[in-house]
Amino acid sequence: MNLNSSSSLDFGDERRISGGGRFLHQIHLDGPLLFALLLLSGIGLIVIYSAGSQDSGLMFRQILRLTLGFIIMIAIAQIHPRTLSHWAPWIFAAGILMLVLVLLLGDIGKGARRWLNLGLFRFQPSELMKLALPMMIAYYLSNSPLPPRKLRLLVCSLLLVFPTILVAKQPDLGTALLIASSGIFALFLSGIRWRLIISMFIVLAASTPFAWNMMHDYQQRRVLTFLNPESDPLGSGYHIIQSTIAIGSGGIYGKGWLNGTQSHLDFLPERSTDFIFAVLSEEFGLIGVLLLLVIYLFITARGLMIASQAQDTFTRLLAGSLTLTFFVYIFVNIGMVSGLLPVVGVPLPLISYGGTSLVTILAGFGILMSIKTNRKLVG
Amino acid sequence: MAKLESFTLRDPLRESLLFNRRMMFTIGVVAILTLILIGRLFQLQVINNAHYTTLSEKNRVSIVPIAPIRGLIYDRNGVLLAHNVPSFILHVVAERVENMDATLSLLKQLITLTDKEIKLFKRKLRRKRSFVSIPLRYRLSEAEVARLAVNQYRLPGVQIRAELTRHYPIGALMAHVAGYVGRISEADLRQLDTSAYRASSHIGKVGVEKFYEGALHGEIGFQRVETNAQGRIIKVLERTLPIPGQTLYLNIDVNLQSVAHKAFGEDNGALVAMDPETGAILAMVSVPSYDPNVFVHGLETEDFQKLSKTPSRPLFNRALQGQYPPGSTLKPLLGLAGLELDEIYAYNPIDCKGWYMLDDDVDERRYRDWKREGHGATNLIEAIAESCDIYFYDLSYNLGIDRIHQYLSAFGMGKKTGIDLDGEVDGTVPNKEWKRRTYNEMWFPGETLINGIGQGFMLATPLQLASFTAALSQSGKRVKPHILKASQDPRSQQIQPIEPVALQSVHQIKISNWEIILKAMRKVVHGIRGSARGISHGLKYQIAGKTGTSQVFGIKEGERYKKENLKKKLHDHALFVGFAPYNKPRIAVSAIVENGGGGGSVAAPIVRKVMDYYLLGKKNEPELIKQP
Repeated sequence: MNLNSSSSLDFGDERRISGGGRFLHQIHLDGPLLFALLLLSGIGLIVIYSAGSQDSGLMFRQILRLTLGFIIMIAIAQIHPRTLSHWAPWIFAAGILMLVLVLLLGDIGKGARRWLNLGLFRFQPSELMKLALPMMIAYYLSNSPLPPRKLRLLVCSLLLVFPTILVAKQPDLGTALLIASSGIFALFLSGIRWRLIISMFIVLAASTPFAWNMMHDYQQRRVLTFLNPESDPLGSGYHIIQSTIAIGSGGIYGKGWLNGTQSHLDFLPERSTDFIFAVLSEEFGLIGVLLLLVIYLFITARGLMIASQAQDTFTRLLAGSLTLTFFVYIFVNIGMVSGLLPVVGVPLPLISYGGTSLVTILAGFGILMSIKTNRKLVG
Repeated sequence: MAKLESFTLRDPLRESLLFNRRMMFTIGVVAILTLILIGRLFQLQVINNAHYTTLSEKNRVSIVPIAPIRGLIYDRNGVLLAHNVPSFILHVVAERVENMDATLSLLKQLITLTDKEIKLFKRKLRRKRSFVSIPLRYRLSEAEVARLAVNQYRLPGVQIRAELTRHYPIGALMAHVAGYVGRISEADLRQLDTSAYRASSHIGKVGVEKFYEGALHGEIGFQRVETNAQGRIIKVLERTLPIPGQTLYLNIDVNLQSVAHKAFGEDNGALVAMDPETGAILAMVSVPSYDPNVFVHGLETEDFQKLSKTPSRPLFNRALQGQYPPGSTLKPLLGLAGLELDEIYAYNPIDCKGWYMLDDDVDERRYRDWKREGHGATNLIEAIAESCDIYFYDLSYNLGIDRIHQYLSAFGMGKKTGIDLDGEVDGTVPNKEWKRRTYNEMWFPGETLINGIGQGFMLATPLQLASFTAALSQSGKRVKPHILKASQDPRSQQIQPIEPVALQSVHQIKISNWEIILKAMRKVVHGIRGSARGISHGLKYQIAGKTGTSQVFGIKEGERYKKENLKKKLHDHALFVGFAPYNKPRIAVSAIVENGGGGGSVAAPIVRKVMDYYLLGKKNEPELIKQP
């Protein structure tokens, strides 16, 4: 049975790569993915310009961050997956150590302790963990046949739960959620039994009341507000109400670029960061939103294809996990802004203004590109 | 199985298949989640688009009402009585203030701020809606505004607002006529069309300001504005300008009003002067008066109590609301009734011995004349001129109370004149029916005598006295007294004069009888024994009038009224009614001086001063002066 043609997902054939594509391949970049990411960044800049009330300063700072992000992506793409595999435990250990340090002596911003001050710049170790955890689990599971045995599963659970709790305690529910899902995706893709998955779901559901008690006041309030935003229209429900108004009033065609009233008249909070989707929806309507989703889906599909075509367990699990985590960003952010999910601080990848997660996301795509371009061609 | 697994070698193909099955599953999940998102967005943007568009518009656009500028009030000669002046008001939005106590103490350093004002502010603060600004200090001086502006950065939530405030430049002199505006109260709100007053803070409370509220207020304007989330106006989308209130010209002549007011000196009382032909009220004085400007910004309860409980009752408009026994001022009306009943009788003199006794009175009560020794033989003309009570006891007895009631009512006594001011009272003209209704008692013949000389139950307002005096001067033709002379549309400048309103005349009276009564009234002033002959000295025109002295304190039979023995507030009221010039009456005046004593000596001189000024003291009346 031919591995490439029948049992793997085929989103494009190497043999059809053009000259430019070959060059990109040589510098370990994936053309379609790069193009989609650049397109997305461009759209993001356009929306940020509008959301920032035509303040080009905001846009230029975002351009700087994007440049840095793409450079890091390209740099990481040059690292061979094997090297990454070797580094995984060390990166993970370093990440855990920094998370503990953050809790002990991190800088406080916006009511949470998330940053480590490294003198020259501030560093958010939880972002590193978004990459370190799937790497670690993929590395750990790749050392033995799949599906993993019970002992390994237990170890993986610990690897997953420990950083998640550390981040959730900062408190940063959004990032904790993304870290946990990246680990869960790696585990799921490794083929653990459905019985186990279902029983884990039951345990999770049963522990909900316990988790509720563990939550901070503001987190509890967010969940309650999500369940009934009108209960507090000027307080915590304000975000959701105003963002659904922005999205809904955009209609099919939108109010036009720079013409969004919800955003330009300050009704929309956090409009250049977590709630930027509402600005985009208001100004570009359903058509703009669908276009955005198409690009996101293309990137997701491309990532899943890379995972599917990867040749060993480590790269397969890592690529799959990173891609699915990327999709979680999208789903959680859009779901939150449109009132489907409670408000958790998850940015809209490559569109939201802000540096740290942008760099992490692009670094993740660097890994994906490295996996894609370091395959041994079979056949 | 578990044991076996440990020996299992890696099977790349199987692992790859397993992975890809999982991959297919996740693709399914991704697809479903994406469809959920698209479904949600479709729901928001397509199905509920209209709803959210409305909400977004509501967010964005708000309707801001614009208050109309209140109409100005002038007197008949164009003297400004009420206008609007810009004033600076300190407002506080409590939600924007970080520390209220610190802010207040800082404000105290910058401007004068009394504890009273702070107390009032805190009271308002407890009852307000959120993000509504509360006024803290009114009438900031320019220096205070400047100091506040410099320190603005230290005072978040503190705003200075310019507002047009009503001001009455003439103050107390016109307070009872022009009235005043005050802040719209809860009680006002219940009666108002609140949508028309959304932008207004004040409403007419008393006087012309109240009666002509509709004309003065104008029509509210609106602007549709785009606001941001903080409520700050970003741009005006559409504007409907308010329509300013009408400019009103009153019939009052402020100079005449001033002459009348001053003529009262230290005394309390009221005076009404009107044009007998048109009903125009030329002066309406009620002393003491008050400064209407203090009401504009709202008086504190204690201050208001103090003002309303002052024994001299400055807030009380005596001209309109004061009910006084009319006393002998009624005598010309009774004389007319007597002439109509029996002319021959009227010419027959009666012998005034100084007292009168009813024929069948078993108690043999003596009804006294004001002149103890009596007037001797007195006919009707002399009885009016000298104000002989005995003659009128006899006449009243012959007329009977019901006929007296009929004649007085025909002159408008006992009911409101219908003047264009609120709060007028009826007065009382009794008859048998009235007494049964009011006291459930029968009428005693003696009461007819007492009421016939304007005492007892008989009560009238100074306005009613002026009104019947005007009717007498016009031989029974009556017009409604009117304060407003004309109104003017401030945009078109078009003046709309108020036409006189005729009332039912006193008809079916012989011309000769009018002449007799008016002649008698002239003799009150010009006759050698007239009760007001004191004012005839140096008079350049002829006045017809009637004095009155009404008792406040019942003098027992056999006692004598001795002014010196009584407290001032028990002294008689002095009254005088009259018109002039005799041949062609242009002004009819009534005056009452509370506890003033004799009508001829106290009230008549006041009336003469008013007439002198009106008839001699000024040039021909100019037309309405255009507003500057």
